[in-house]
Amino acid sequence: MNFDFSTQLKRRAFLETSSMGIGAVALAGLLGGGRSVFGAVENSVGDASKGILGEKLHVHPKVKRVIHLCMAGGQSHLESFDYKPKLAELDGQPMPESFTKGQQLAQLQKRASELKCMGPQFAFKKWGKSGQEISEMFPHIGAVADEIAIIRSMQTEQINHDPAHTFMNTGSIIPGRPSMGAWVNYGIGSEAEDLPGFVVLTSEGGGQGQPISSRQWSNGFLPSKYQGVQFHSKGDAVHYVNNPAGVTREAQREVVDAVNGLNRMLGKRRLDPEIEGRIAQYEMAFKMQASVPGLMDVSGESKETLEMYGCTPGDGSFASNCLLARRLAERGVRFIQLYHRGWDHHGGIKTNFEKTAGLVDQGTGALIRDLKNRGMLEETLIIFGGEFGRTPMAQGSGRDHHIKAFSMFLCGGGIQGGVTHGETDELGYSAMVDPVHVHDIHATMLHLLGIDHEKLRYRFQGRDFRLTDVFGHLVKPVLG
Amino acid sequence: MYRILPIAILIVSELAVVTAFGEEVLRVDFNRDIRPILSDKCFQCHGPDEENLKAGLQLSVRESAVEAGAIRPGDAASSELLSRVLSDDPEEVMPPPKIKKPVSEKEAKLLRQWIEGGAEYKGHWAFQPVVKPSTPTVTRDALIKNDIDRFILSRLEEEGIEISDEADPRTLARRLSLDLVGLLPAPERVQDFVSQFERDPDSAVEQFADELLDSPHYGERWGRHWLDQARYADSNGYTIDGERVMWPYRDWVIKAINEDMPFDQFTIEQIAGDLLPDPEKAQLVATGFHRNTLINQEGGTDDEQFRNEEVVDRVNTTGAVWLGLTLGCAQCHTHKFDPITQKEYFELFAFFNQGKDVNNTGATIEVSEGEMFLSEPDPDKMTALENAKKEVARLESSKTKRQLAWEKSLIDSSRENGPGAEWERIAPERFYAEGGAPLALLNDSSILAGKGAPKETYRITLPAFTESVAAIRLRLIPHASLPSNGPGLASNGNIVLNRIEFFQSGEPLLVASAEHDHAQPGFSGAFTIDGKADTGWAINVGKGSSPGVKMNSEHEVNYVFARRISPGKPVEVVLRHEQNSNYNIGRFAFDVSGSPPRSIVEEKVFEVVGQPASKRTTEDRKFLSSEFAKKDVELREAKLGLKKSLRELGLGEPVKTMVMEDLPEGRETFVHLRGDFLQEDHETGTLSPGVPAVLPSMREVPGGKRQRDRLDLARWLVRPDHPLTPRVTVNRVWMRYFGKGLVETENDFGTQGSFPTHPELLDWLASEFVESGWSMKKLHKQIVTSATYRQASRNRSELNGIDPLNHLLARQSRIRVEAGIVRDAALSASGLFSPEIGGPGVMPPQPDGVYAFTQRKVRWVAANGPDRFRRAMYIKFFRSAPYPLLTTFDSPDFQSVCTSRVRSNTPLQALTLANDEAMYELAQGLGARLMMEVKGKDSVSNRDRIRRGYELCFSRTPTETELEAVANFQERQREGFLGDSKSAEAVSPQVRPDGFDPATAASWTAVARALMNTDEFITRE
Repeated sequence: MNFDFSTQLKRRAFLETSSMGIGAVALAGLLGGGRSVFGAVENSVGDASKGILGEKLHVHPKVKRVIHLCMAGGQSHLESFDYKPKLAELDGQPMPESFTKGQQLAQLQKRASELKCMGPQFAFKKWGKSGQEISEMFPHIGAVADEIAIIRSMQTEQINHDPAHTFMNTGSIIPGRPSMGAWVNYGIGSEAEDLPGFVVLTSEGGGQGQPISSRQWSNGFLPSKYQGVQFHSKGDAVHYVNNPAGVTREAQREVVDAVNGLNRMLGKRRLDPEIEGRIAQYEMAFKMQASVPGLMDVSGESKETLEMYGCTPGDGSFASNCLLARRLAERGVRFIQLYHRGWDHHGGIKTNFEKTAGLVDQGTGALIRDLKNRGMLEETLIIFGGEFGRTPMAQGSGRDHHIKAFSMFLCGGGIQGGVTHGETDELGYSAMVDPVHVHDIHATMLHLLGIDHEKLRYRFQGRDFRLTDVFGHLVKPVLG
Repeated sequence: MYRILPIAILIVSELAVVTAFGEEVLRVDFNRDIRPILSDKCFQCHGPDEENLKAGLQLSVRESAVEAGAIRPGDAASSELLSRVLSDDPEEVMPPPKIKKPVSEKEAKLLRQWIEGGAEYKGHWAFQPVVKPSTPTVTRDALIKNDIDRFILSRLEEEGIEISDEADPRTLARRLSLDLVGLLPAPERVQDFVSQFERDPDSAVEQFADELLDSPHYGERWGRHWLDQARYADSNGYTIDGERVMWPYRDWVIKAINEDMPFDQFTIEQIAGDLLPDPEKAQLVATGFHRNTLINQEGGTDDEQFRNEEVVDRVNTTGAVWLGLTLGCAQCHTHKFDPITQKEYFELFAFFNQGKDVNNTGATIEVSEGEMFLSEPDPDKMTALENAKKEVARLESSKTKRQLAWEKSLIDSSRENGPGAEWERIAPERFYAEGGAPLALLNDSSILAGKGAPKETYRITLPAFTESVAAIRLRLIPHASLPSNGPGLASNGNIVLNRIEFFQSGEPLLVASAEHDHAQPGFSGAFTIDGKADTGWAINVGKGSSPGVKMNSEHEVNYVFARRISPGKPVEVVLRHEQNSNYNIGRFAFDVSGSPPRSIVEEKVFEVVGQPASKRTTEDRKFLSSEFAKKDVELREAKLGLKKSLRELGLGEPVKTMVMEDLPEGRETFVHLRGDFLQEDHETGTLSPGVPAVLPSMREVPGGKRQRDRLDLARWLVRPDHPLTPRVTVNRVWMRYFGKGLVETENDFGTQGSFPTHPELLDWLASEFVESGWSMKKLHKQIVTSATYRQASRNRSELNGIDPLNHLLARQSRIRVEAGIVRDAALSASGLFSPEIGGPGVMPPQPDGVYAFTQRKVRWVAANGPDRFRRAMYIKFFRSAPYPLLTTFDSPDFQSVCTSRVRSNTPLQALTLANDEAMYELAQGLGARLMMEVKGKDSVSNRDRIRRGYELCFSRTPTETELEAVANFQERQREGFLGDSKSAEAVSPQVRPDGFDPATAASWTAVARALMNTDEFITRE
């Protein structure tokens, strides 16, 4: 199956045939028959709820959605999921040159001969029935160790934050490519009729909060309705969901209809796909006005649930974002991305790692348990990890960026819990056994969603693009 | 990995290559075709970074490549580069498979052709001198408006593509206005433009462009672009994010751009205005450019660390803004791809390592509101101002001397005038409370009161005096039995005494003055004798209270009588409380004095002055100087005179804004190992300020007597033969007009950046720019009068296969306006726009909750006057809690340099435009304007009103379909509001024009909202 019909054709088809935007059908229903001034309701080619694949998925899907918990800044694998007793032994000793010779380092560039090993800063424990080894800094994640598949042999290509995030999100370091959340929504649409299909939340704390550019959730060259929408984590998640005083929902509906009607008329003259995007966003905005208050109203959450997450909703913490992630998942949002900015531990890793771990551990564990209790874990894929790892060598009291090895975990539907995949060398420097590349994570994620990563393509500038470019292999051993 | 060459190369399926125009493209150009391959696939191990070189092979250097046999010029077959690239052996093939960057067939073919052709290397294009190309010839000269078009058209003709038609004049007028001043044009001006355009399009465009370039709003529009690069904001950043005063710098930028200050001078003043000989104040303010760095005010921060961060930011920003290079990579290691070493990075660092500021405000300069805009002020007024300033300065500098003289005069006068009051405690003879409060006499002759009635009155009789009395003192004394150990009965210890009266033989005694030692702000002791029941004396501590003063300690009011009180007859004192019983006095006493007291403050002054200077505490000294300041009439008058002089020139209060200033003795600069400021590389040694070797060298300092400084750097940046500054600058200007630059990676002119789509045009523009004396206005005019700029923006589907991103510019682009212009457009359509330029930041309405959970709650009090309707660039920008409309429409948060903004399209933007209070009231404004400007309520008038709305918002008339659709919408909205008068009242503009009922008025708000929410409204067509 090939999806290479040109976007131009699609766009033109859309503009020629549709006079009413996406989702208008649903809204017409909502308002009891939508008395639009601007003409009849028609379906458009780009139905957001189905995506380009519609019902015709490539493989049987295991999950409906993805929650990506991004440990931004580069979480150290050596203090989290990859215990290296040999490294502890060599603590303070020179790093054997055989490991580092000729390798790319970020800040530890000079004087490879002076590089010293830094032992793991925390003890590890065997957790659960599976006995997965996880650092003591993560008791809540440890408590769900039997649910998660740890990958200890991750590798990436980019050693600085922004390009590494770009690579993790788009499979490319060249800005302007679509992010994975946009690809997924493009491919299979979203079940959320009244929320964006791709929602992003950020939190920070525990270490240097490296900035995250909104480019990371861009739609790239895909239509702009697929781009991630960032909700505020502090205060109101979304401003302006209420109508101005005196404007009823019906009156607002008419305004949105008028705006979109005028936009459609303009679209016919300008042939600019951005106008189509604008129309879709007004429809979405109108729907969010009804849906967001319910999303944010946590008064229905039990005391136990709030305690399990350990957060005050709206406090901007990672934990309250985790709770929000569950609520977004319940509402059918396809791709939910949480960034916690605080893992860039160039210095003071011992205290800072503990702090940062303390900020993400409980929320992560709670999210997994909560989803499981609600029977939603089996239809969700959770991806946990940073954009790269950190060096086994000390950088003062911290660790430098590292791309040759890091750890992630996957959890949820189609994932075999309690397994550890891949190995690094005895010092945790290089992924030695079963290296897993960022592209492989993308391929596996798409597979679980029912998509063959080689078949989901978008033609742009005369070329078919894929999230995995020309790479990517399924990480089969973690699949259940 | 695919490297997307700008144009013409179409890959129809993976790995298969065709070209759009035959074999011609295979004339291999090193910079366009070969360097990207080498840079992307090889340089990581065989590039400029010698530290990480593999096999000693440097493919970035021809000699190295030839010597190693990797390249045999003219003989591709025996060149190892090619055989390794083509090898099937995973051990042999390059790049190694694990790098996952295979060389494509097409790339291999290019490499082969290049080697066969002699493997000529060329330096990276952007580092080569700008050579002004001759303008190309084109077949159809008639289409040419100016030389820019020759470059664009010749390329299009090569490709066989037609240039688009000229946009219609109304679109052009709106485009010009939005691009040059960022406001919507007045419909009348558009009409004039159209009439003129019909007669002579070129002169119409030229004249309108001139008019807009002359507008003071031009400096705002293009100043805003510059301020993005200057990372200007009104707060310090990080979590504390305290407010700072940098707006004088912003005003300087606006003024300089309005005056078309040559870009070289513009550069020099901002980078090094302080180092110019005898710098003017404006030149110092200009150096605020590099004071826009963040300051971390958190407790326990290492200031030296953040000082280094600031210096790093200054280096990186300078690199990004002028050189278009990502220098930041070289902070920690030699640049992987660009020939800039870590040592060179720190040689640049050395220029900025000399600043006085250390994560703090550092050097400042006093500037008055409006001062940056002063041009040709009245010389007499300026002289008066200068004199007033000198006078203030003279008095300020002689303050210590004058204070000493004052102290001495006090000591002398106290010798002459005697000691002041001599208080003696008097035990009351009789006492009672009218409301029944129990009163008891204590051993020290004070009275302790219990709980009494509301509006309680105490009546106290003092025994007959033996000698005449000049003053009586009411003294409050705390008591352990009273609430909070205070002198009063209030739970916090406070009292409110509203009136006090003195009688002798039934006759009232006239009080001449009453003075307290301390009073709650707004509750002076003097209020006890004003005869009013609703004023009184209280003792809580509040804003303005003297430092260190406590409520619950002894306090007093002295009453000096107009005539001395005769001895021999008792005196009755009446204390009236007018509050509830909680504020009654709890414990009090009376003292009398035969000699009149000096003022209480004066007493203390005498006491302090009486002590030798060495015995005075810090508080004493502070107290004395603050007392002297009160008495320093000379200085107060001089300051009033200064204010007056400022006012006469139209200037406001002076503020202090941050500027650059170097230490007299510079800091030593070393390479920071791994970019860590604590790890100085002493092996490499102290570095002198310098510039990267790959760029033109810097002139020697004459005589070599001093180190190079920022001024040398600034002059170097703008030397006319600089390969980067002019290219980078014209490219960014171009980008604003066409949505992207001729070099698409406007922030990376290094080897990883993209090759220009029109290299000759770029160099031509750069040369013209320098030749014009670095005039921005000339550059703008050249671009906006070109046929290229004036094209229609309509998408041409026939080009989508060939040039979907419009690199060839066969049409204009529709560009969603920047965040601030969204607001500014709405302001101009609404008619509420307040055109004032410059000055302190303003606060239009913003939603509650922006500051929820930020560390520091910023007080946001929405302005109600004209400031509510100022341009977005004046909205106070707090880096950690920015104004939501701005960030929702992709404004950066100004933590660091921003050379180009992203453009997203999200539902949050829709919500903001539709529902934000600030935007909504502009829609109401437009609604009111439509009703006022077009009278009548019949359907003809309604349609006229809609036409007016279209003219105001889109500078055009609606199509018939649009007109009918909007008219129907208005009618339906009106019907809806007719049945809901409460909603109608709320939605209708606050001031409803005569004759319009609320429902009709509300429906015009709705129309205005609809127009202002369209894609067209926020798009430059």
